[in-house]
Amino acid sequence: MYIDKAYVSIIKNRYGLTIDEAIHDCLLKMESSKKDNNHDQGSYKISIRNLNVWFGTKQILKNINLDIKPNAATAIIGPSGCGKTTLIRCLNRMHEMTPGAAAKGCVLIDHRDIYYKTVDPVIIKRRIGMVFQKPNPFPTMSVFDNVAAGLKLNGVKDKRLIKDIVEESLKDAALWDEVKHELDKPGIGLSGGQQQRLCIARALAMQPEILLMDEPTSALDPIASSKIEELIHGLKKDLTIITVTHNMLQAARVADFTAFMYMGELIEYGSTNQIFKNPQKELTERYISGKFG
Amino acid sequence: MHKEIPRQNSNNNQKIQDIMSKRYYRRKLVDKLASTFAIACVLAAIIPLGSILLEVIKNGASAIGIQLLTQPPGAIGSGLEDSGGIAPAIQGTLIVVGLASAIGVPIGILTGIYLSEFASGAGLFSTAVRLFNDILTGLPSVVIGIVGYVTIVVAVGSFSVLAGAFSLSIIMIPIVVRITEETLNVVPNSIREAGYSLGISKWKITLFILLKSAKSGVLTGIVLAISRIAGETAPLIMTILGTSLFFSSFTTPIDALPLRIWRLASQPYDTAHSQGWGAALLLIVIVLISSLVLRLLVHRKGFRVEALHV
Repeated sequence: MYIDKAYVSIIKNRYGLTIDEAIHDCLLKMESSKKDNNHDQGSYKISIRNLNVWFGTKQILKNINLDIKPNAATAIIGPSGCGKTTLIRCLNRMHEMTPGAAAKGCVLIDHRDIYYKTVDPVIIKRRIGMVFQKPNPFPTMSVFDNVAAGLKLNGVKDKRLIKDIVEESLKDAALWDEVKHELDKPGIGLSGGQQQRLCIARALAMQPEILLMDEPTSALDPIASSKIEELIHGLKKDLTIITVTHNMLQAARVADFTAFMYMGELIEYGSTNQIFKNPQKELTERYISGKFG
Repeated sequence: MHKEIPRQNSNNNQKIQDIMSKRYYRRKLVDKLASTFAIACVLAAIIPLGSILLEVIKNGASAIGIQLLTQPPGAIGSGLEDSGGIAPAIQGTLIVVGLASAIGVPIGILTGIYLSEFASGAGLFSTAVRLFNDILTGLPSVVIGIVGYVTIVVAVGSFSVLAGAFSLSIIMIPIVVRITEETLNVVPNSIREAGYSLGISKWKITLFILLKSAKSGVLTGIVLAISRIAGETAPLIMTILGTSLFFSSFTTPIDALPLRIWRLASQPYDTAHSQGWGAALLLIVIVLISSLVLRLLVHRKGFRVEALHV
């Protein structure tokens, strides 16, 4: 690591990045999960329990139960409109920012329910990074300011710390070599692939433990996409990464675990090997072999 | 395998080609006429503006001089040397417009931010704010002058700078609100989402990210509003009274350029008229310079944001 881990924990503690809530009732009342037998029972990073999500009166997600392992990449695949994006937007409580959105259920992160009534959604978002489908760097800021935006606007004032973190994030995002001499150029002046890596660096600068990626390469050409896939390979050793993707081959390449969703329901979930080589449900098998979607 | 969708086989293609080729020459003629008409309209719009400018420059340039710019008004009819200048009016315009902007711009921007970011729904309060804003835009400036008289002048006890600035700020606020709201609405939502996903609170996103993106548009709104109020005469008649003295306090009368122009134009002397032309030219120049200076100050650091240029 380029900078001291101590710095990282200072940020986490000072800026309210630890979720410190009582354990929600639902953890106690929780039904024993009905998982397949070849599912690993290790300690999970994220556990989704009976999540039901609506947009107005239309129900988007139906009773989702899912456990995400730490330090691994999990892909969520499925045809358009099956609720993949809604699902990950619920993991950092972005979903409820849309008017008319409602979510019921528990999402446990490190044994705490982030939907508990006293949890501040803004603090949750600081601990979970998100990368969007279309790269969205802040247009009025330089490359450096873009990466530092989350830190500066959340109260970090130490200039040396910010500089260190920016450099480390850009290196983690495999963008440092390309921009190290042009940190003052506008963020939107980069190419599409570079902009997406800039957005990843911006999310990484907040030192998240979880990174949510919503179809990160669907707006990029194959070369830029492969760079990002390499990135995910490198990052997943330290972070928990959840990617939504339309591209099954990408899921097969990048993810350790895959979840297949259809029409708002979780159809099957398991290690990528098992899902692609030996799917248990017929729907999964049909989707994997391209019969629909 | 892919299902083959059978192509419809009809004569429609040939029919369309026939129709479209028949009207070809007529279409070209209509196209030419329409372009000519459009250009004629542009000229019709520019020519009056250009001729006004030319007229003002022609008549006013000769009157501009040190005396006009630095002397208080004197005895107009008694010859050039004693007729004084319009210096108190210049000072007055700068002070009154400056004070009105200091009141109107923050209120306008904050209201615009409220309408765009915090109240985009159809709640009762926000609908009311929008409605009243639109009504204010259309209020005749003379009525606003009367309001200024009835409130500030009566309260302070005399015609005053405060009353003038108050009335002008009422004219200014709806313009700034409307433009700020619309400029902020144009900023794409993806920027807001990026900010939220970093855990930045809403007011910080609005102030430090969105306003910077909307900077150019908001500035245009402010410049427009300032140009508008710098030339308003009716409210000033009823609130600042006009005087031949320089600024003394915020609660006493003051002079202003539009007022002075009006008074000079109503006098029968040639010197007065030429001073009036000079004052008119000066007013246009002052507004031009202040808008250039504002743009320069705000864009000092920035690179052009073409993607969001409003």
